[in-house]
Amino acid sequence: MAIDLPTVWAGIIAFAVLAYVVLDGFDLGVGILFPFFPERQNRDLMTNSIAPVWDGNETWLVLGGGGLMAVFPVVYATVLPALYMPIIMMLLGLVFRGVAFEFRWRTARGSIYWDVGFWLGSTIAAFTQGLAVGALVQGITIVDNAYAGGWWDWLTPFTIITGLAVTIGYALLGATWLNLKTTGELQARSRRLAMATGVITLGLIGVVSLWSPFINENYFNRWFGWPTAFFSAFVPVMLAGCAFALWHGLTTDKHLQPFLAALGLFVLSFVGLGISFYPYIVPGALTIAEAAAPESSLIFLLVGASVLIPVILAYTGYAYWVFRGKIDPDEGYH
Amino acid sequence: MDFGQSAELLARIQFAFTVSFHFIFPAFSIGTASYLAVLNGLWLWKRDPAYLKLFEYWKTIFAVTFGMGVVSGIVMSYQFGTNWSVFSERAGAVIGPLMGYEVLTAFFLEAGFLGIALFGRKRVGDTLHMVAVVVVAVGTLISATWILSVNSWMHTPQGFSIDANGNFVPEDWWAIVFNPSFPYRLVHTVLAAFLTTAFAVGAVGAWHLLKDRTNRQARIMFSMAMWMAAIVTPMQILAGDMHGLNTLEYQPAKIAAMEGHYESHPEGAPLILFGIPNEDEQRIDYAIEIPKLSSLILKHDLNAPLDGLDAFPEDARPPVTIPFFAFRIMVGIGFAMLFVGLWSLWARWRKNIYTNTWLHKAALVMGPSGFVAVLAGWFTTEVGRQPFTVYGLMRTSESLSPVEAPAVGASLVAFVVVYFLVFGAGVFYLFRLFRRPPILEEDHELDKGPHRAAGINPGPAQEDTIREGAHHHGD
Ligand code: HDD
Ligand code: HEM
Ligand code: HEM
Repeated sequence: MAIDLPTVWAGIIAFAVLAYVVLDGFDLGVGILFPFFPERQNRDLMTNSIAPVWDGNETWLVLGGGGLMAVFPVVYATVLPALYMPIIMMLLGLVFRGVAFEFRWRTARGSIYWDVGFWLGSTIAAFTQGLAVGALVQGITIVDNAYAGGWWDWLTPFTIITGLAVTIGYALLGATWLNLKTTGELQARSRRLAMATGVITLGLIGVVSLWSPFINENYFNRWFGWPTAFFSAFVPVMLAGCAFALWHGLTTDKHLQPFLAALGLFVLSFVGLGISFYPYIVPGALTIAEAAAPESSLIFLLVGASVLIPVILAYTGYAYWVFRGKIDPDEGYH
Repeated sequence: MDFGQSAELLARIQFAFTVSFHFIFPAFSIGTASYLAVLNGLWLWKRDPAYLKLFEYWKTIFAVTFGMGVVSGIVMSYQFGTNWSVFSERAGAVIGPLMGYEVLTAFFLEAGFLGIALFGRKRVGDTLHMVAVVVVAVGTLISATWILSVNSWMHTPQGFSIDANGNFVPEDWWAIVFNPSFPYRLVHTVLAAFLTTAFAVGAVGAWHLLKDRTNRQARIMFSMAMWMAAIVTPMQILAGDMHGLNTLEYQPAKIAAMEGHYESHPEGAPLILFGIPNEDEQRIDYAIEIPKLSSLILKHDLNAPLDGLDAFPEDARPPVTIPFFAFRIMVGIGFAMLFVGLWSLWARWRKNIYTNTWLHKAALVMGPSGFVAVLAGWFTTEVGRQPFTVYGLMRTSESLSPVEAPAVGASLVAFVVVYFLVFGAGVFYLFRLFRRPPILEEDHELDKGPHRAAGINPGPAQEDTIREGAHHHGD
């Protein structure tokens, strides 16, 4: 059987987006939680815990976007105009978030503004990413391979809910990350925040999951039709498993387990989306096969990607390893 | 918010604005990354604390610049889709994979090792730290290579076919990547980044020498920068000349615009030193020209014929004003750099390079010149490509997304406000970092930062007290 290149590429792009969501998710989450940690010293520790890794995390977003342009140009060219406003807002949010790491150290009096910028930038980026997912799920009007909707189509009650879900979900990732990386009172507070955001996240996942099958008939058939329902039933069951692991980890003072469980929630929700979408890449409008770039583009980039992505994962893992462990000023982090 | 303008014009302004900002930072960080690698290498080799101090000094500056480069770059990678979606759809299969390779071979590499290069010396030891510093420097160069290949392909496209929908289909990747203008543009731009950094470093060194000419660290950085100025500027002028000849071959209309030649000159074209383009009358007002020199430079023959804009169809002529002026600014700066480089050699020979106040003042004035030249160069080359995005094949007017003018106008305003606010603050902080004297004895309070303690002074040196106390006068 010949390899189906477009599907392989859809898998790679999906992987890049997922990697982005879980990795940048936790560092955006740390930013979203800033208001709960007004103390200067806690904020220093929080930003220090992500300073060495955030750039690498964000690069997955560039791979997702750049990769889309390379292998599914039609998708890139229709989805981005459709989401014009949220994307621009997300980019501006990321600008504030990215510079705040350095800028907050460059000024004493002004650093509070960069802290606010860090919080606001992270929150806007998270919320607009949620809006974008919601807008994709609810469908984008495409005529003749061009976006044909209005420029407010992305704003509906459903997308606001998905925006909230992603924001609070990122906060949960951030809280469990802090629970993993910090000690003492900072950690205790993070744990409490993880519990609160965990409950809300699960609630919102529930709302979105129950709502989306009624938006699009295909989703409904996918989830409730036979035989696909058999497979898709795994997702909710495993979600419940992760929820339990999260709760258990937080109540028994585990450090790594809650973080992994929160990652699990995201991975499963993402798989759920994949189940809904397939074989479409823009639901109801473009399938993976019809959106794909010419074969020579797919092959040219795949040759490099298949070697480079494992290498990237290896050195990214190494970078995380170098900065492993608790960040604790009293013990001297370095 | 459409300001009475078309979506196309607003989108062009927006793109030019964001990419100009973006390029300012890489122009500096490509050079600084390599400079850091050299400084760290010198420290490991000679174990002279002056080099370690300089490494730490420029490291902080690099971190701030790099952060701004990253965030402004992420904006760029999405702007192709938001503003130029038709271009993205039709050319995506050709340029997308090249940008994909940029992400895979450069951005991840930089990002993955940046943390270690900035914060990890204590954790990984000298050798691995050096590896990380070199990898970051190489990453910035790889990044420049791919993106310039993309950009060059838009100027001199080849290696593709066009399918029934009008989409570009890649046929020969080798031809696409190594398109005719790419080698010239790569060399010229990377040298430009090095020169930009050299003059920035030179100005910082000069400033501190003007305050205290005995400061050894300031002397070292000034001297290193002046070596770069003396050696690299001639190379850059040569590269620019070759680049121009290449452009004459593939984009003669652009050359006509840069030269201000509205009319063809069958018997040798004059070099217009200065003048004011008059687009309505299609002529250069108040031109000061040297007869036949343009033909000599471009064709190496005084009497060689040279096409003017009148040799091209009216709807394929670039505007003249911007390329004409921008080109002269860039070349003027190039010769000013050459002058400073030669002067520094003279001062070295006279053994007064560390005491010659006039030289130091000149170097100080030249500090921002690289940035200006780089932007002027890009304006020349990009405006000279108009009215096409893919030269000769796809027009800018066809490239636009189906977005409405008010949306583009509103986002343009948002970009302008946010960029001036954020990058304005960033540049202000950079100047504050430049102002720290590079002295060995103690760390300046501004040396602190995320994990910055990993540098010279081990231990938890980043508490509030340190930052707060010493700092108030600075704001
Ligand atoms: C990868 C491609 C790429 C790269 C590296 C650059 N540009 Fe560009 N530029 C474009 C791709 C592009 C474009 C997408 O093709 C635009 C948008 C519309 C157009 O005609 O070309 C453009 C337009 C454009 C314009 C408007 C020209 C006009 O409409 O008259 C300016 C002034 C610049 N650019 C300036 C720059 C600067 C200062 C750069 C320095 C980094 C730069 N460009 C790099
Ligand atoms: C429109 C064209 C461009 C796009 C779409 C683009 C895209 C990007 C992106 C997405 C990043 C962030 C990477 C990260 O996450 O780490 C970035 C950074 C960078 N870009 Fe660009 N870029 C463009 C033009 C250029 C040019 C012309 C150069 C150099 C010749 C360049 C050199 C760099 C470098 C060296 C970095 C690393 C950050 C820094 O050094 O400041 N880019 N760019
Ligand atoms: C006097 C010497 C110089 C000459 C003759 C020269 C020549 C040129 C020419 C002909 C172009 C346009 C290429 C095109 O048409 O596509 C160009 C572009 C450019 N120049 Fe120069 N240049 C000189 C000095 C400099 C200096 C000193 C810098 C910066 C430090 C610089 C930076 C650039 C950049 C960044 C571009 C745009 C990228 C490119 O197309 O290569 N140039 N130069």
